[in-house]
Amino acid sequence: MTAQIIYAFITVVLGVGGCFGYFYGSNWLLDRIFPANASNDASAVRNLRIQANTRPWLFLGPALILLSLYLIFPVIQTFWLSFHDRAGNKFVGFANYAWAFSDDEFRLSIFNNILWLAVVPALCTLMGLVIAVLTDRLWWGNLAKSLIFMPLAISFVGASVIWKFVYDYRGEGQEQIGILNAVVGYFGLSPQVWIALPFWNNFFLMAILVWIQTGFATVILAAALRGIPEDTLEAATIDGAGPFKIFYRIMVPQIYGTILVVWTTITVLVLKIFDIVLTMTNSQWDTTVLANLMFDWMFRGGGDFGRGAAIAIVIMVAVLPIMIWNIRQANKEQGGH
Amino acid sequence: MLKSFSLEPSRIALNLAVLFIITLWTLPTAGLLISSLRDKNDIAASGWWTALASADRNQVGRMKGKADQVEKDGKFVISGNLFEGQDAVSGKVSAFGSKVQAPEANAAGSTVDLEGGQTLNVNVDGSYVLTSPTAFDNERGSRVFFISSQPPRFTTENYETVLFSEGIGRSFVNSLTVTIPATIIPILIAAFAAYALAWMKLPFRGLIIAIIVGLLVVPLQMSLIPLLKLYNAAGTFMGVPSKTYLGIWLAHTGFGLPFAIYLLRSYIAGLPKDLIESAQIDGANDFKIFRRIVLPLTFPALASFAIFQFLWVWNDLLVAIVFLGSGPDQLVLTGKLNALLGSRGGNWEILTASAFVTIIVPLTVFFSLQRYFVRGLLAGSVKGG
Repeated sequence: MTAQIIYAFITVVLGVGGCFGYFYGSNWLLDRIFPANASNDASAVRNLRIQANTRPWLFLGPALILLSLYLIFPVIQTFWLSFHDRAGNKFVGFANYAWAFSDDEFRLSIFNNILWLAVVPALCTLMGLVIAVLTDRLWWGNLAKSLIFMPLAISFVGASVIWKFVYDYRGEGQEQIGILNAVVGYFGLSPQVWIALPFWNNFFLMAILVWIQTGFATVILAAALRGIPEDTLEAATIDGAGPFKIFYRIMVPQIYGTILVVWTTITVLVLKIFDIVLTMTNSQWDTTVLANLMFDWMFRGGGDFGRGAAIAIVIMVAVLPIMIWNIRQANKEQGGH
Repeated sequence: MLKSFSLEPSRIALNLAVLFIITLWTLPTAGLLISSLRDKNDIAASGWWTALASADRNQVGRMKGKADQVEKDGKFVISGNLFEGQDAVSGKVSAFGSKVQAPEANAAGSTVDLEGGQTLNVNVDGSYVLTSPTAFDNERGSRVFFISSQPPRFTTENYETVLFSEGIGRSFVNSLTVTIPATIIPILIAAFAAYALAWMKLPFRGLIIAIIVGLLVVPLQMSLIPLLKLYNAAGTFMGVPSKTYLGIWLAHTGFGLPFAIYLLRSYIAGLPKDLIESAQIDGANDFKIFRRIVLPLTFPALASFAIFQFLWVWNDLLVAIVFLGSGPDQLVLTGKLNALLGSRGGNWEILTASAFVTIIVPLTVFFSLQRYFVRGLLAGSVKGG
């Protein structure tokens, strides 16, 4: 253990030091080889120009290399693999895609993913909005928001342990230690194995993500609500609008852009949802989603990279519209410099 | 006006509604924390919400044998305490009986008639008096079945178990080894890149920014196979193991960069133009401007990203499964917890304590640095998205 801590400390120092070393060293070298205070003016000007042309790439270099290696190269490689057989040797055209769309499990994943997409972003945004409005008028509102926000810091695995305990099942007549079955028992109904009820179990998994993500929606929307000019709200009150009318007619339209942002951010997250299904049910009882199906094809039972890659491309295509929207927004924002 | 105190019904309703939501939201985590501090038998026997109340427990006590009898007023008497020198856990007796099927037969304090003219009296504190008209001849005393109520008990035993014998302590160190560099390295790399993209003249700047924003939504699972193949090839080529800490640092750096660059670039681009230009006129080169002016001013954004990346890496399971081995020297907390979920599925005392150890660090970071975290969220989505 002590050896491990020392080893860990040394690796940390080396890793971080190496990174610092690169930036200092490369810039020092540039200044040394092409000094700005060269002996004659002509070479000083030339050196300055070389410096100005080179330095951005010294700054950007590591980022570009890492991005290419860890994101761009895998995207291209996956695309290529999706047209090849299980080992990635033989070109098979669209066979993997044809397989996917005729496969029952794939259809089930698509169905489940659509279910998640329909429920989670809407529920998170709605709950977030309601909580943001309610807590805005409370003196202990910030504390309340912190508590709602807290699950965001918890890992999916940790959340899964927490919720497995909530959903815990004991046979009928036994003392229930899972709170959901205890509540159900209190109302005189029989206990259920919640995560193994086909179809409905999807909703019990979604509850976990809603629990985690509502805090995110709350915080963003609360900040947007703060931005609504006080006088518009006052004017509406004076005109006799009730709280619900103020909410629908004044607040929601003014923060519509932010609502959309929250919605799309959670949508992207839901499209990539993986950990919750892995740790809660491991895709059993008809709960599989695209990312888990892909993981299973890639890493389980010998693996079929072609089919796994085809599923990855399907996820990618589903995310694409949001990606284009994101790029547009970024370009719009970029204006200034 | 809005924040005044008043006792209108609508305000009470509002407070109650928020209180209800908060309770609903914190209940699952509270259950985990309370359970992790309970005795393992208690966890399995009753719901965690009963932990603060006294718990009823069915117990068995054995009375003393013939050696301890005394003769008194023509009767033979054995007296003692059910909680003494027994396996029974001390508490308050509420009922007792002589048959295993019916420990609730008689209320504590009452005297019952047994076979052969014997009488038995058991009190709340566990003391009993057994009388008989004839001498006792049994070597060991007969058993008494009783229900006792236990005051709430809390223990740190579960934590000792998971930290020192279940390998959670070791995994904790591994998690730190992964997380610290995987947080610092992307900050450095992204800050330099963000500055270049915000203030330096370079070709294809718009295109590079667009690509980085696009990469924000690439599903991470997609990169695993190609990267794993690459790592294996590189490992074989250089004759080193393919699963190393360096490998996972770089992987987390690569995956975290799009968001880091995106967040920092919008912040750095928003710095006052005069500041940078006057420094340029003074003859400072970009490296100097970056170090002396930009970096200190960007601190809040750096802190926000650092918190994000820290939480992200600490909480990650997938990347750790794929890029690190499953031996004790490399298994991180999330991986360990996932393994425990498989192997210790029903042992809630192990699972709850382990889960709490894994979430305590992110929760501490979160509550102490919440301000920066929220600021980062706002910058990341409201401004940009």
